[in-house]
Amino acid sequence: MTTAEKRVSAVANYVDERTGAAGWVKKSLNKVFPDHWSFMLGEVCMYSFIILLISGTFLTLWFDPSQREVIYNGVYEPLQGLKMSAAYASTLDISFEVRGGLLMRQIHHWSALIFMAAIVAHLLRVFFTGAFRKPREFNWILGIILVTLGLVEGLFGYSLPDDLLSGTGMRITSAIIQAIPLVGTYISFFLFGGEFPGVGFIPRIFTLHVLLIPGIFLAVITIHVMLVWYQKHTQFAGPGKTEKNVVGHPILPVYMAKAGGFFFIVFGVTAFLGAVASINPVWLFGPYTPGQISAGSQPDWYMGWLDGLVRMAPPWETHAFGHTISWNILIPALIVPGILFTGMALYPFIESWITGDKREHHLLDRPRNVPNRTALGVMSITFVLITLINGGNDILAVAFDLSINQIMWFSRISVFVLPPLAFVITKRLCLSLQRADRELVLHGKETGRLVRMPSGEFVEVHEPISEQKRFILTSHEQPTPLVLEDIDSRGVRRAGKFKNKLRVRLSKAHAVAIPKVTAQELKEIENH
Amino acid sequence: MRTVSNEIESIQDPGPAPHVLRATDVNQRSEKRAEQQVAILFALSGVGSLLLIYSYVFVAKDVFIFIPVMGNQNAQQLGLGIGMAMSLFFLGMAAIHWAKTLMPETEVVNHRHEFRSSDEDREDLIKTVKEGVAGVQLGRRKLIKRSMAASMGLFALPPVLLLRDLGPLPKKLLETTNWKSGTRLVTDPGDRPILASDLEVGSVVQVLPAIAGLSEDSEHFERPLKDIAKDPVLLIRLRPEDFNLTPEKLAMTHEGIIAFSKICSHMGCAVALYEQTTKHLLCPCHQSTFDVTRGAKVIFGPAARPLPQLDITVDAEGYLIARAPFSESVGPSYWERNSQ
Repeated sequence: MTTAEKRVSAVANYVDERTGAAGWVKKSLNKVFPDHWSFMLGEVCMYSFIILLISGTFLTLWFDPSQREVIYNGVYEPLQGLKMSAAYASTLDISFEVRGGLLMRQIHHWSALIFMAAIVAHLLRVFFTGAFRKPREFNWILGIILVTLGLVEGLFGYSLPDDLLSGTGMRITSAIIQAIPLVGTYISFFLFGGEFPGVGFIPRIFTLHVLLIPGIFLAVITIHVMLVWYQKHTQFAGPGKTEKNVVGHPILPVYMAKAGGFFFIVFGVTAFLGAVASINPVWLFGPYTPGQISAGSQPDWYMGWLDGLVRMAPPWETHAFGHTISWNILIPALIVPGILFTGMALYPFIESWITGDKREHHLLDRPRNVPNRTALGVMSITFVLITLINGGNDILAVAFDLSINQIMWFSRISVFVLPPLAFVITKRLCLSLQRADRELVLHGKETGRLVRMPSGEFVEVHEPISEQKRFILTSHEQPTPLVLEDIDSRGVRRAGKFKNKLRVRLSKAHAVAIPKVTAQELKEIENH
Repeated sequence: MRTVSNEIESIQDPGPAPHVLRATDVNQRSEKRAEQQVAILFALSGVGSLLLIYSYVFVAKDVFIFIPVMGNQNAQQLGLGIGMAMSLFFLGMAAIHWAKTLMPETEVVNHRHEFRSSDEDREDLIKTVKEGVAGVQLGRRKLIKRSMAASMGLFALPPVLLLRDLGPLPKKLLETTNWKSGTRLVTDPGDRPILASDLEVGSVVQVLPAIAGLSEDSEHFERPLKDIAKDPVLLIRLRPEDFNLTPEKLAMTHEGIIAFSKICSHMGCAVALYEQTTKHLLCPCHQSTFDVTRGAKVIFGPAARPLPQLDITVDAEGYLIARAPFSESVGPSYWERNSQ
């Protein structure tokens, strides 16, 4: 043994005698992680979160979360002598007087945008590949909690500087809270410490933004990752891969080097954006005052779709018995997002109810092989994209010389028409892709080589694909529709007639597929 | 219940394709080259760190350099940022290049185990829980059960109560503004009273209520932001024949001057955009559009109510004043608002 080895083993011995960790650590270091580019999306989320913690901590060292009024006398000339909150003044100081302060502010904001984008991409990956199925339903729900927390955390974060743009966002937030029947006005008064804009909001959301929500984030992310660790990662189907195994690189050394290196790459790219791409230049907006506004007010992208929904809402209010219910706020800002997020959280259970499939799944689906699910996903994306477009209707109107009214009417109509259309088209596309897979397995790939037959006919030469590829394209299970007899196996009439009928119908729609190539068919064609 | 269709014979798993060795596995020169590449990447990371330190210590804050495409850039910010980005990015690249070219690349197979616990474990658990519950004897001890339920219920109240002092109760605060009968309209900014004759046809002025005794000396007076969230009014002068108003609303104008709350009736943003030609007011937040000639009637967008109109006239000196306070709450709706 070398001296270095001796030293390490002494430390290891010391720790193990007190914790008995050797067995667990040994097992963990041998843990295998499958490789696929899409598995990096979740990593990007986690790394951006770490970058947010680091850059955010830096910012708290100088930020003064207070609505106390001060006269600005810092170095930024256009605002000198103006009254503003201490929060805004300290944000200006961070931007202009702390070396690296502006860089850190921009890194913090960019990584927040990347964090939310990566969460959405990761969520879509998990959805389209069916990674949420048993036994991973809990982790799916934790993911929905994380994306919801991310929306709130982001909103609070960009509200802290207390500039004219973020103050407008807070005004809208307070209006949404006030619209809640019965308790809205009270919640708003308690949250803001009085009438809007109050005196307490910035210090209160500061505590939520830097302590409470990150704490919950940290706890939920820890459980999320521990479950992945414990349940082992899913893998795509392929030669040698089954529901009973996991094939990939061990943690030590390859996975650790790749994942660790990837953290620095994500951080490096974020730092590059923070260095060259200006984001949220609060000094241009001026301090917040409720009597003014900047034209083209836009929230960050992950809130844009909600703003777009609010913009397209019809002007409905109910006035009765001395009370007002603002449907024009409640529906787009609370009810529709509530339904969407609840539906998303429940989806694993809905799908398993439809298919009747209660087995564990560790092999991922190719999206085309589950046309219904894929179509539902594309339908939801279409919905959100339309609302997002409408959220930027004023910007688009200027950029493309359109009228805001036209864009608004386009959105109002297409938000109902285009998502179902997207569903139908996607489902057809999935089936076409299945057909293409079938062709590929049976006849091989096109080589572009034309041959003239003795009969004068031209044919293109096809080249058979590898055995491995054939297996990948045919190893999936094709669902069959659920059969629910009116009378169950013990001769008792099944309850819930309508429910069963609906279930059978949905299951039938879910099971639509182009029959995959069987071993028999392949043999026949090879004998030709 | 579920019929899995595996009567058909699927194509058999042929097993993984034969392992192909990397150039670095078979060729010593490639291996050497990969090693050098990793070292170069680490060195580039070091260069980035040095650039960061140099920019922090030696580059002044107010130096700007011209970069094509990007224009004038603050040299210190750019140096710090590019240095930091390089130092991080190349560190990551080095680690990954190292892992991909030189670390073992053979794949390993782990086996999965079923998550379900064994039947014995489950039965033992149920037994333990049952014994524990039986030991608590809640079924037999009715008195304890009830007193516990009552005290737990009471226990939940103090935490809610302790949050009571977060803010004042709403009371009638949302219904009141600083506009009273006889309040002068003063410019914002400037706090100067306005002569009706000073306003030309087509002009728009933002006004606030004069605060007694302080309006001439705005230096020492600070309006609370909560007042600025309710008080702003837009004063617009049209030709009297442009109006298309009910007699009551017309009586609230003065010689073609009409006054509306600037706070949007949808979500409380400042309705700041006025279109001269169409005489429409537009809220930049959600594009609610109000027709000034028809008493700020909503003609487009999500707002459900017109902007509240302020009843104005002139005092003995010819200055514009409010004849009466707003007859309804300004700003967004809320549950207690009587919108009849």
